[in-house]
Amino acid sequence: MTAVLPISAEPAALPQEETRPGRWRRMPAKAKVGAVLLGLFVLTAIIGPLVAPYDPSFQNPLPSLSLHAPYSAHLLGTTQSGQDVLSQLLVGIRLTLELGLLVGVVATVLAVIVGVSAAFLGGAWDEVLSLVTNVFLVIPALPLLIVLLGYLPQKGQIATILVLSILGWPWGARVIRAQTLAIRNRDFVAASRETGETTWRIIVFEIIPNEVSLIAASFVNTVLYAIGASVALAFIGVADLTSWSLGTMLYWAESQQALQLGAWWWFVPPGLAVALMGTALVLVNTGIDELGNPRLRDAASASRIAGRWLRPADPTPVLAEVSQRRGTLARFAHSFSRSSLLDETEGGKS
Amino acid sequence: MLFIVRRLVFYLVAAWVALTINFFIPRLMPGNAVQSIMSKFPNLQPAAYKALEALLGVGNPGSIWHQYWAYLDDVFHLNFGTDVTQYPAQVSTLLGETLPWTIILVGTATVIAFFVGTALGIMAGWRHGGSLDRVLPGLMFLQAIPYFFFALILIELFAVKLHVFPIGQGYAQGLVPGWNWSFISSAVYHSLLPALTIVLASIAGWMLQMRNVMITTIGEDYVIAAQAKGLSNHRVILTYAARNALLPQLQAFGLAVGFVVSGALIMEIVFSYPGIGLLLLTAVSSNDFPLMQAIFLVITFAVLLANLIVDIVIVFVDPRTRAREATS
Repeated sequence: MTAVLPISAEPAALPQEETRPGRWRRMPAKAKVGAVLLGLFVLTAIIGPLVAPYDPSFQNPLPSLSLHAPYSAHLLGTTQSGQDVLSQLLVGIRLTLELGLLVGVVATVLAVIVGVSAAFLGGAWDEVLSLVTNVFLVIPALPLLIVLLGYLPQKGQIATILVLSILGWPWGARVIRAQTLAIRNRDFVAASRETGETTWRIIVFEIIPNEVSLIAASFVNTVLYAIGASVALAFIGVADLTSWSLGTMLYWAESQQALQLGAWWWFVPPGLAVALMGTALVLVNTGIDELGNPRLRDAASASRIAGRWLRPADPTPVLAEVSQRRGTLARFAHSFSRSSLLDETEGGKS
Repeated sequence: MLFIVRRLVFYLVAAWVALTINFFIPRLMPGNAVQSIMSKFPNLQPAAYKALEALLGVGNPGSIWHQYWAYLDDVFHLNFGTDVTQYPAQVSTLLGETLPWTIILVGTATVIAFFVGTALGIMAGWRHGGSLDRVLPGLMFLQAIPYFFFALILIELFAVKLHVFPIGQGYAQGLVPGWNWSFISSAVYHSLLPALTIVLASIAGWMLQMRNVMITTIGEDYVIAAQAKGLSNHRVILTYAARNALLPQLQAFGLAVGFVVSGALIMEIVFSYPGIGLLLLTAVSSNDFPLMQAIFLVITFAVLLANLIVDIVIVFVDPRTRAREATS
């Protein structure tokens, strides 16, 4: 009797959990970490400059405050000229993140427009757009950025965003074009064309929804590129060196030999911030990828079999692998799988 | 070989576009570059002044078409003018001295990172959810670190703290570059830490990309069909899944070469490695526009060449490129 009770209780408990799982709960752990991390950075970018304890450019003339290690009044220590590293970091995160996101939006919109129209219009349009895309793509961005920005008398934020966007779209455009070309020949697109749907409807409702993960990946990659390129440009001095971004922080740290002076609190925080920002973006990207790709989706409904997480959408090979592992559960799961049927036919043959 | 010929034509077009952009940038940008250079280097000869004016299109050096043809002629003969920072050295001489360093270091390290990263990606993609997936967040972190910052950390760890590798430079001081054992061994020793930086910083990108393509590929019907035929896992992974997943990866390699090279150039600065990157820093910090532009052209041509090589590889790997030729 006691053994029956939990079984009868289970069907009532399960639907409640399964029907409203919540988007957040279904997200994989990696994506959650990424979203939280990115949220922290966005929050820092918004309120950071307001809560910064000092003016990042203020040079404290006290000799004891030159290159002071972190302590209570300066939580991340001071630079050689007595500036507060924490304040610079808080202000710098805003400038760098703002630049990255703006370039990401502008460049991704350009990428989608160019990529989808090239693949969909075909013919001479495709030739011309692909040519432009590929030419901009193979021309390495950083040296061209250096030359372009080098000639500009003012290397301000807007000029940098514009130049980075102009050179940042081809990567996404090429990937999106390739994917569109592949999808264009699928049966469901042919079917919607046969039913008389307009080209625009096919593009917006058939093609683009199938590319959401790709567009998101392109956006994230562009933001990554923009942050990386702007930091690299600032690091070699091609930037407005009077403003505080993560790149200019690293520039001053390098040019005033923070590494040689052992002032790790000066060059590690900005570099770490860039790396963590990038990690957060990549983690979020994997989450978007899994939401948009049915093969990667349903992580929450995965069950743990023989120490591995298996999802309903997982392809057969994964189950075949599990069957090779020893364990009662694995063999049990295997007995239901497609590959077990294959095994039987194989055994019958031999 | 129609495919290769078509690609070759494309790269020639790309090279022409790069040359043309390079020609017009100084003519369209605001400000007088010649004045800013002359104010930095007041002891330049009048001849250098004239050459700069002609190169940057300032003053009245003739019609724009005349300038353009003269410029193309100069570039074709590898004549990038006289350098203003290290006057009277020729820009082409400076490039010739630094280019081999960069090509050997960055080329070797990038190819190693690509092969190792792709192999790891195949494994991670096949065993989706396996033990390799557990290190993914770590890899993403690795991928997100700027090359030069990675270089700073590695120098701090291995050169300053542990004294395993030299802090920088391309070879030990006092050695004369030449084809002798002491110089080559010193150069190899000095290149290990920069190479390690490139490999570690870029390997994660290759691996993550290959993993993702592999996961998509192993869901395809032909992979299941291959398994249904009773082929060994090994054969299914390599001949069916990985071979198809490799194509996007190869294309990505062609595209990413530019990024990797750019990152590596900035990294060279941290190591004071005697390559193009360090030359670029000199050019930037002294507003040496002719040198900057010549470096841009050289890097562009190198990347175009790398892309052409990738295309040739793709023809060998992908029978469809050959089949398309037969039908067209």
